[in-house]
Amino acid sequence: MTKRVSYSLDSTLESVNKAESTAVEVAAGAGFAEDDQGNIAMAVREAAVNAVLHGNAYDPNKKFFLAFETRDDALVITIADQGKGLDMEHIPDPLSPENLMKGSGRGIFLIRAFMDEVRFRNTDPGTEITLIKHVGRNAANAKEESQ
Amino acid sequence: MKASNRQVNGVVIVDMSGRITLGEGSVVLKDAVRDLLGKGEKKILLNLGDVTYIDSSGIGELVSAFTSTRNQQGNLKLLKLTKKVHDLLQITKLYTVFEIYDDEAAAIASFK
Repeated sequence: MTKRVSYSLDSTLESVNKAESTAVEVAAGAGFAEDDQGNIAMAVREAAVNAVLHGNAYDPNKKFFLAFETRDDALVITIADQGKGLDMEHIPDPLSPENLMKGSGRGIFLIRAFMDEVRFRNTDPGTEITLIKHVGRNAANAKEESQ
Repeated sequence: MKASNRQVNGVVIVDMSGRITLGEGSVVLKDAVRDLLGKGEKKILLNLGDVTYIDSSGIGELVSAFTSTRNQQGNLKLLKLTKKVHDLLQITKLYTVFEIYDDEAAAIASFK
């Protein structure tokens, strides 16, 4: 059985906090262990920060959209903004020597580290990111996809 | 997010507690280190034992604090990481960048 909840949120840090806390509740409700709940919440927080800060640039006239779909086999989370769009071809690798000591640029890396699948879609205008965590999959087998 | 300073044998220990995240603790951390560097303090030990959460902005602020201190010919080290913070520094490959201690006395001695 699939259960879906969705939110339309202002481009504020308060909304980022709400997205994070809601992610913990939904992940707990879906039966994920405490560690996974924290990892999912962190991925949602990072994606929400990207939507608010880099996407909508705190524009009060722009919203970001958050949806949780709890399926039998996975939790599917979608976060979409109304910003100028993400250049997916040029996402820097924060582990490379030239970026290691930079003060930013680790958000998408952490999202990918904590979720099983990560997909980006240019919605023109805006970016939609889909985060998937499979039920019962060992983190060591985690697989990352982006398209 | 709270940060308070104490001085032990010429080392300023910044006891931090709470969350280091965008718009919250990252600003507190930035201000705390900038303030110390402004006062000429060059031996800084960040005690993260009561930091419950850190996001990518917080990690970035730790890196910036480290770099700012180095640029002033100082040294910034970390004390008492929680498992979560430890894991985050490992996956971001920053664990080897910072000098990290579990024991405060050993950390202080390392500045000499």
